[in-house]
Amino acid sequence: MTLALTVNSTSHTIEIADENTPLLWVIRDMLELKGTKFGCGKAACGACTVHVDGEAVRSCSYAVKFAEGKQITTIEGLGDEKNPHPVQQAWIEEVVPQCGYCQPGFMMATAALLEKVSSPTDDDIDKNIINVCRCATYYRMRKAIHRAAALMSSLPLPESQNT
Amino acid sequence: MNQDKKNTKKVSRRSFLVRGGLGTAGVLALGTYLFRNPIRRVVAGAINTADAPFSGNTDTPIVWFEVTTDNYIVLHSPKVEMGQGTFTGLAQMAADELEVSMTQMRVVHANSASGNVDGFATGGSTSISSLWMPLRELAATMREMISSEAAKKLNVNTSDLSITDGVITGGGKSMTYAEAVMGVKDWKVPDTPKLKSLSDYKFIGKPIARVDLNDKVFGAPIFGMDATLPDMLYGAVARPSLIGAKYIDANTSKAENMPGVVKIIKEKDFVGVVANSYIEAHNAKDAIEVEWETDKNWSTADIRAMVEVGKGKAYVIQKEGHPDESLEDPTETIISEYWSPIGAHAQLEPNGALASVEGERVTVMISTQVVGLTRDEIAKRLDLDKNEVNVVPTFLGGGFGRRLHTPNAVQAAVLSKAVGKPVKCFFTRKEEFQNDTFRPPTHHVLKAKLKIDGTIEALEHNVSSGDVAFGSPIVPRIAEPVLGADLGAWRGGMIQYGAIANYQAISWRVKLPFATSWWRSLGLLANTFAIESFMDELAVKTNRNPAEFRLAHIQDDGRGKRLKSVIEAVVEKSGYSDEVINGKAMGFAVSTDTNTPCAQVVEVSIHEAEIKVHKVTCAMDPGLVVNPDQVRAQCEGAIIMGISAVLYEKMEVVDGALTPTIYGPYQMALMKHAPKEIDVVLLQGAEVPGAVGEPPLGPIGAAIANAVFRLTGKRLREMPLNLDKNIVS
Repeated sequence: MTLALTVNSTSHTIEIADENTPLLWVIRDMLELKGTKFGCGKAACGACTVHVDGEAVRSCSYAVKFAEGKQITTIEGLGDEKNPHPVQQAWIEEVVPQCGYCQPGFMMATAALLEKVSSPTDDDIDKNIINVCRCATYYRMRKAIHRAAALMSSLPLPESQNT
Repeated sequence: MNQDKKNTKKVSRRSFLVRGGLGTAGVLALGTYLFRNPIRRVVAGAINTADAPFSGNTDTPIVWFEVTTDNYIVLHSPKVEMGQGTFTGLAQMAADELEVSMTQMRVVHANSASGNVDGFATGGSTSISSLWMPLRELAATMREMISSEAAKKLNVNTSDLSITDGVITGGGKSMTYAEAVMGVKDWKVPDTPKLKSLSDYKFIGKPIARVDLNDKVFGAPIFGMDATLPDMLYGAVARPSLIGAKYIDANTSKAENMPGVVKIIKEKDFVGVVANSYIEAHNAKDAIEVEWETDKNWSTADIRAMVEVGKGKAYVIQKEGHPDESLEDPTETIISEYWSPIGAHAQLEPNGALASVEGERVTVMISTQVVGLTRDEIAKRLDLDKNEVNVVPTFLGGGFGRRLHTPNAVQAAVLSKAVGKPVKCFFTRKEEFQNDTFRPPTHHVLKAKLKIDGTIEALEHNVSSGDVAFGSPIVPRIAEPVLGADLGAWRGGMIQYGAIANYQAISWRVKLPFATSWWRSLGLLANTFAIESFMDELAVKTNRNPAEFRLAHIQDDGRGKRLKSVIEAVVEKSGYSDEVINGKAMGFAVSTDTNTPCAQVVEVSIHEAEIKVHKVTCAMDPGLVVNPDQVRAQCEGAIIMGISAVLYEKMEVVDGALTPTIYGPYQMALMKHAPKEIDVVLLQGAEVPGAVGEPPLGPIGAAIANAVFRLTGKRLREMPLNLDKNIVS
């Protein structure tokens, strides 16, 4: 069947046999946007997190049919090198990634959190950022989340990690 | 030290470059091995000490570097980037000798066809240390080669040239490296130039931002699972759930009619599917009725019983004085036992490969720590010459030792050959959890006798473990009969307190019915948990401050000095105290991994039986530090990964299957479990870089358990630490 999707503000029409196919595989293998990762296929790790109408969604367990007519944003649409999203900017300034595989999912989850809670407390971060990072970059991620919040609200910036 | 045979026999007119493979970090190597046999020392040295030589191509600079027309330098790294920051450190080392800026450096993975293949692996915390000499020498040599070409083109003497940021100036003219190398066909390799002095380096020693930062922040397709080729299809291979399951046969009739199936491939040792999409391939694979042969319905209790000290084969790996005699009288001997569970790698990117077999040419794109081995295994299975197989390593979505054997590349190649198109074949998460090469479970028996003055007269560590190094194809077959004891299992298992008169470490080897192998830091995590918890027990028994108690048993040699320094530094920085203040207690532990000593102090509280780590202070001496920011990042990550393993992680064996098979039930540290403060102090007790990626995993387990004891009076002797179930002393 034919489905119309809007991904990173671009309209796509896809032909797909099974409308229950997880959105993740449509994004990765049909639209060739590889920044969204497969980690577990059971919504347990968050590596596949994208935004659907601004909400953080684990796309490995989200049927593509539910995405029709909605605004989908992936890491590629969050920002780019010329115009990084404040979350990406903060990630760069705190030098967060190690292997990097899970990082797009964390940045997408963080960007969605900051839309709802502009200045999250540590407790807000603990309760909402529940993805898995095996390199365990959580320490720098927490700093980067606070930094991103400051960048978005022009609050005073915390001292940079990499100085 | 460990003169690697491969390196010493390669002496030629270019031996100046070969020499670079041998570091000089020997001062801290844990001494008193019983391995006097030279073969034993070579094998043990290559894997267990930080001065393991680099065993790749060190005599052809042009294999390592490329100059682009817009004057970038491309470094073809034989070491893979799995998060440890190696690409950045190598770029710093090369840039400083090449006289280019960091922004001109590009680092890519060397593919196996390039000729720049590591003969061993990426692992063991050796990437920076083993390339410290050879890479700088190669870069300096390359710089000289380029400038002598420039001298010819500019018609001036090389001695009249100066270089800034890859631009060569002399005789009033200048040209870029790119212009200098253009058209050069025959390179002459000169004698190795003298390396710059450390104080002249602009990048080495500085917190340069990671070179892969932008790719990883903006979602570039850099990982194995992101690889694509035109006309690519998707593969899936049936993998067993049960321990010891052997593939016998498969009924594929149902699978053949599943949507999207292109072909079902039955081989002598596996059955696989090729389909049009990932989902279709895995759905069809799940519809195959596979006949597996198993011999026993294993349980956690079976495995635990196998791992008890005394059941396997014993090898004395370290012995000083007369520990047996000293520990003879049971009434005077203090004994404690410790346990650690089966651990999963749980790296986020599953294993898998994209293979393309076109006639006799094979290309495989894969996240692997063993590029050469993977090439060799594919060539063998497809009966091809090694040179016809090109393994192209990608960035790894986590390594941690899980990718020190990637035979799944062979399966992808077989599937590709069967359909005549590129095939991408990946594990599911469940397959990943059940077909891991696990961290083996361990059992430890510690024995000590105290003197009247409260110091230790004799100390003994017994560790029983499943295999780590043995069974791994990167360890030479000769290692097993020669060494006896598994050198991965006893990593961190030797006694580091050389001032004790009588001590020994005994490694008990157990062959488990499922694959166990390298897991970041190998035996270090569990061995240090056991030894340093026991040292704390002895300190408590003798009413000594735990740090002072350690210091009293450290010898006065070079290794001892570095060990004492990290202890003193961590005590000072953390303000260590035995007191419980505001419901928080501190815990101390220290370890030596290869040549890197590391001491940690944790601050812990307990709320409703849940152990919470608030702060970790870490003092580590990895020798010379190339990138302090990335060394800190490794410490932070290793500490939290250690917390994860020590407080939460555990695989069980239920009805013959390893379980759980998904994140969540396989509990791991999340954001909420990470300490909010991590304070890293770096000391430099050696002139060359040592191990970084694994050593900070050592002390964390015992440090937490020791803090819990101060808080509760309960001694937790089993990982994961659990206040409800553990034995109370």
